[in-house]
Amino acid sequence: MRAVVTVIGKDRTGIIYNVSKILAENSINIEDISQTVMHDFFTMIMLVDMTNMSVDFNVLKSALEEVGETIGMSIRIQHEDLFNAMHTI
Amino acid sequence: MAMFKDVLETVRMIEKERLDIRTITMGISLLDCIDSSGAKSREKIYEKITRLAENLVKEGERIENELGIPIVNKRISVTPIALIAGSSDDLNYVEYAKILDAAAATVGINFIGGFSALVPKGFTKGDRILIDSIPEALATTNCVCSSVNLGSSKAGINMDAVKRLGEVIKETAYLTRDADSIGCAKFVAFANAVEDNPFMAGAFHGVGEAESVLNVGVSGPGVVKRALEKAQDASFGEMAEIIKKTAFKITRAGHLVGTTVAERLNVPFGILDLSLAPTPEVGDSVARILEEMGLEHCGTHGTTAALAMLNDAVKKGGIMASTSVGGFSGAFIPVSEDEGMIEAVECGALTFDKLEAMTSVCSVGIDMVAIPGDTPASTISGILADEAAIGVINNKTTGVRIIPVYGKDVGDTAEFGGLLGRAPIMPVNKNDCSVFVNRGGQIPAPIHSFKN
Repeated sequence: MRAVVTVIGKDRTGIIYNVSKILAENSINIEDISQTVMHDFFTMIMLVDMTNMSVDFNVLKSALEEVGETIGMSIRIQHEDLFNAMHTI
Repeated sequence: MAMFKDVLETVRMIEKERLDIRTITMGISLLDCIDSSGAKSREKIYEKITRLAENLVKEGERIENELGIPIVNKRISVTPIALIAGSSDDLNYVEYAKILDAAAATVGINFIGGFSALVPKGFTKGDRILIDSIPEALATTNCVCSSVNLGSSKAGINMDAVKRLGEVIKETAYLTRDADSIGCAKFVAFANAVEDNPFMAGAFHGVGEAESVLNVGVSGPGVVKRALEKAQDASFGEMAEIIKKTAFKITRAGHLVGTTVAERLNVPFGILDLSLAPTPEVGDSVARILEEMGLEHCGTHGTTAALAMLNDAVKKGGIMASTSVGGFSGAFIPVSEDEGMIEAVECGALTFDKLEAMTSVCSVGIDMVAIPGDTPASTISGILADEAAIGVINNKTTGVRIIPVYGKDVGDTAEFGGLLGRAPIMPVNKNDCSVFVNRGGQIPAPIHSFKN
């Protein structure tokens, strides 16, 4: 199963580090990353593979949201299915 | 992986434009709960609903979390109770409403629909008892919603039902007078009622439906408005194209949620109703979409045309996105639940008569309109007859959810709270129509019903 992690907020140091640390700790593999910074506004989208995930999805979601609060970013994780459904025919 | 901008678009729709799944509604057949003993029948009803819907809320919340899209309501619709209770000797069906209420509370849902009767061509014994029980049923339960289908393009309009329901609405208003007659907000009088509608208050599980199905209602007026904002100079053709594309995306999200929930609950996926359903929140209004097209206020000249185009484009986008589109699928115009409509009424731009015209081109009828508490029952019946006529002649569903707010008059506002919102009392035509309403009988089926 794959999911999309979206990180949005004001740019600062350590964003990728903080997010990927949690993913690595829970055996989640990052397959793709794209990011942009526009006018100090940071947007990153990660495609992750959760096949070997060592934690419950909701626990992971809360952990990411907590980190998001700590570093002042909005972090969401959503199943890839939603984006594929909405944007492909 | 969906493209970068697609991901961001979806996230923005959910976070900023209030895209949500308005409801997942589980339809449950109660036909096997019929019993000559009312008490036994109600035992079976409670057992069946709580068994089949045990995990509805839990699975709904799980999928909400995984997909990151809010599912605002989890609900249940059941077979019209008049059909179930009719074989018992009970002379009053309020106890059936109470057992539905209890089952709803047990499984943790906020509305259960199906305290209903289908009488487009006449009444059975059960239909009559159910209709007589509606006021007390709505006054003594929290989650139960009621509806009556009083006309169809195939059968015409049952004017005896029209007359009686005017009185029922008045009685319901009186019995719930302490809460601005809120009981009436849980009752819809339909013409051409659909059997798979997931939206309340008019949801019921039709007899042609399967044992149990999962229907989904999607919304997203904010998303459509935002899409139009970005196209200020668009022609009508271009606007229609934008609405269609937006409706397509919203529908796909709903289809995914519906099929996923259905699979996890091990019931068939029924239909997806793509209706733009507003809420009282700012940014979630259908009226504001119409205004975005260039109307100073919803209700001014041009509003009916704007709504017609919106409704049609929504349907076209939805049809392409899912093979299971059903229910109403169009635009809802409930006054009290739409911040833009409320303002339009308050500033005098939107009148009752204009609303009636609008209902001839959108997917519902006179919805959540508050009128003076001293409006005679016959006038309400006249309103029901007018709306039914629009539906019957135009081969579409129309519903009336109208609240004669006890003790209040034009200039006052009724406060319902939550999703039901607040409604400025609208004036109605004061000329008498009681002689017309009292004639009784059936308005015959229209000529275009004879297609065989």
